[in-house]
Formats: sequence, structure tokens, C-alpha cells
Amino acid sequence: MLEFLQRFFGRPSSSATAKERLRLVLLSDHLSLAPDVVDALKYDLIEVISRYCDVDVAHCDVTFEHQDKQIAMLANIPILGMRDRAKPPAAPPPAPPPPLAAEPLPLGAAGATALAGAAPATEPVAETPAEPASPPPAKPARKRRRRRPNAAPATNGTTHAVPGTPGLSSI
Amino acid sequence: MINDVIADESPVAAPVARKRGRAIVVTSGKGGVGKTTTTANLGAALAAGGAAVVLVDADVGLRNLDIVLGLEARVRHHVLDVLEQKVTLDEALVADKRVPKLRLLAAAQTREKDDVDTEGFRGLISSLRDRFDYVLIDCPAGIEKGFTNAIAGADEAIVVCTPEVSAVRDADRVVGLLGENRSIKLIVNRLRPALVKRGKMLSVDDVNGILHLPLLGVIADAPDVIVSTNKGEPVALDPTSPVGETYRAIAQRITGALTTAPEIPRERSFLDKLFGSRR
Repeated sequence: MLEFLQRFFGRPSSSATAKERLRLVLLSDHLSLAPDVVDALKYDLIEVISRYCDVDVAHCDVTFEHQDKQIAMLANIPILGMRDRAKPPAAPPPAPPPPLAAEPLPLGAAGATALAGAAPATEPVAETPAEPASPPPAKPARKRRRRRPNAAPATNGTTHAVPGTPGLSSI
Repeated sequence: MINDVIADESPVAAPVARKRGRAIVVTSGKGGVGKTTTTANLGAALAAGGAAVVLVDADVGLRNLDIVLGLEARVRHHVLDVLEQKVTLDEALVADKRVPKLRLLAAAQTREKDDVDTEGFRGLISSLRDRFDYVLIDCPAGIEKGFTNAIAGADEAIVVCTPEVSAVRDADRVVGLLGENRSIKLIVNRLRPALVKRGKMLSVDDVNGILHLPLLGVIADAPDVIVSTNKGEPVALDPTSPVGETYRAIAQRITGALTTAPEIPRERSFLDKLFGSRR
């Protein structure tokens, strides 16, 4: 009965937890990347994109997805507006990657939110990650986007830049 | 003497050139998932189906295939005796009394895996392929020298995986190590359908959603297997056992006699129980 109620109220089953844990651990096994490398990649990506656009740094999400023996990188980087190309980038670059987290695998959705929350706390001197001028109204625009069927394989990852699209926060 | 038995009962000594047999390594990475039991039962089922089969225990230092098969009292020589040319291959092969076409080449118990020369082992498997239809190699756990030796002469692999995170992760690693040039197939072992139904165990789809391997079969976690191992009688030879039937079906899929998709054990519903259906 308890199980039924848990399922009814959306508590994930232990097999679902096992599946998700496996997915993440195999991802890092396959990439042969330590979790901190994935974080560094995420910050570098944001930095490049913010040369051209105002990026909602607090709600960026970079994940890797395992499909048919391939891994695709999914980057969801909400864009608040375009920069004036004539001017050099005025806004400060995004916060550098935080020091090596104690968490084993700050990948995926949980990792991304943990990071966004942890960045100001662990680095008091760092710039605030979110743009104070335009805070997002509500939920982050983080919507699960399936890779297009003919999308490029793992090596050239697909980047979805979503300008302020409201989306589902559940991943 | 052993020579005579082999000559009489299997096409080993046939003068005409025969097709080379298939060398299949049964592996998993993780220990305790049922490699040895799977090897013993598939060997028994293949041999009972009429094929000449030799089972090679590559787990040097931790010999177990003999005891699972119930042949432990009859092992006189082992694989290292053959590789070091102390005895001939025929002297080292143990014949199974129940299934005439089944042979065992036991592992050395008092030696180490590093004592086995990889190229020597590869050559041994190659010569066995000239004499048997199927050479099944029981791979040790781990990915060190014993694993390298066991897979050296095999051009096919069966990965045994239980629905556990550790087993799936290790299986994934092993698939990578087996390389692109081997045909790799999957057996999911010790599935508990009731737990899967309640979301408490990874399903076959969950496991194979990660491993992406052709599925040979799914073996339910059943007391028959434990009982048969206790007795040293492969459950695949028990005509009344549902798990034995699963092993026989897998053997038929290996030979190509059966091409239907494997049946996935499901929990019997209330109505099934009420009306005594076995499905």
C-alpha cells in the first residue's frame, strides 16, 4: 500500500533510481572525463556564447545523453537578449568553475542546479552568476529536448539555445 | 582409453576435414553473476542436442566448472598440464557420463592466472575448435590476465549480466574490452519478475537499454538452479524445470535452430495463479 502511495505521488521507484545512477556513471565512464572536466566544459561553453548573447547563466544546463552506443551533448542555454556586435562584451564573463566539488557526479539536472546554487557560496569574490538586470520570472527554461533523428553524433554535440522559452522543469 | 571413447562418441577423429567449431567465451566482468552455471548449462543443453561440446574452465586458481557439472571427482589433469605438455589433450578431457558428447577441460586449482601463456591458450582453443562443434570458455571475473587469456581464442562472446547496477556497469566495461571484432550476445540472469513489476529491480529493457546487445535469453531467479548446482546436475538436463527449458531455448538460439525472440519471465497474475497457468 505504501508502495502504491509512493508511486501515486511520484516518488521514483528504486529501479528508476538505479537506472538513472547507471546512466550517469556510464556516461562518465564512457567520456573518461572527471566530473570537474564536465563543469569546466560547461563554463567554457557559456563563456563563448556570452560573447554574442546575454546568457541566463544561472539556468544553463549541459548534459550528456547516451543513445545507441553514442553520447550526445545537450546544452540548454537560455538567452536573454543579443549583444551589440559592435561593442566589445561589456558584461563580466561567467563565473569560473567552482573548486572540485565533493559530490561524486555533478552531472545532469541535479548537478546543474547544485552548481548554480553552490557557485556564489563557495566563491564569495566571484561575480554573481545571474544577471541582476533581468532575473527570470519563474521556472528556468529547461525543457527536455530530444536530439533530432539526424543530429550529429557525440563528437559534434548539438546545442540548443532557447531564448526565454518557458519549459518544463522536470527532467 | 579416453581416446577410444572420444573417437567412438563424437566426430572428433573423423578422417574427413570437418568444419571448425565455434569458440564462445562466457564472461561478465563482475563475479558471482552466474558465468559458470551458464557455461555448464549451455554446454549440457548443446551437447544433449547432439553437438560435440567442450567446456574449458579458464578460471585458473579458482576451479569451479567441474563441481557445478558434478565432474569434480573425475578430474585428473588440467589445462596447464596440457599447455605445459605434461599430458595430451585427450588425457586431460573429462567425459560427462550423462551427456556423451560433453567434455570438460578443468582449470588448474593450485596455480595462478599469470602462469597461463595467452598465446598458448589461444592455440589450445584453436586446436579444440578442430575437434568440437562448440568450445565454451568459462571466463574468470575481472579484466586482468585471466580475462585476456579467456577471450584470446574466442570469436564470440556471451555476456552474462544480472539486473544490478554493478553487474551492468561491469558488463558495459567488458563489452568495450571485447572489441568490435567479436559477436557479443547477452544473457540476463537471475531476473525476479515480481520485483521488476513493483519497480524494485531493473528490467531487461533497462539493462539492455544500456548494453544494446542482441538478447539470447532471460533466466529467472529460480530455486531449481540452486538445487541443481547443489547436486552437480545441470538444470538444463531436467526436462521438468522451466529454467532448464530456458537454457535449452538459449542453446537452440546459439545453434540457430530457434529464431524467435526470447521470452521474458513475467510475474504470474492473480488469474494465472487462480487457474494454474504456468505463464
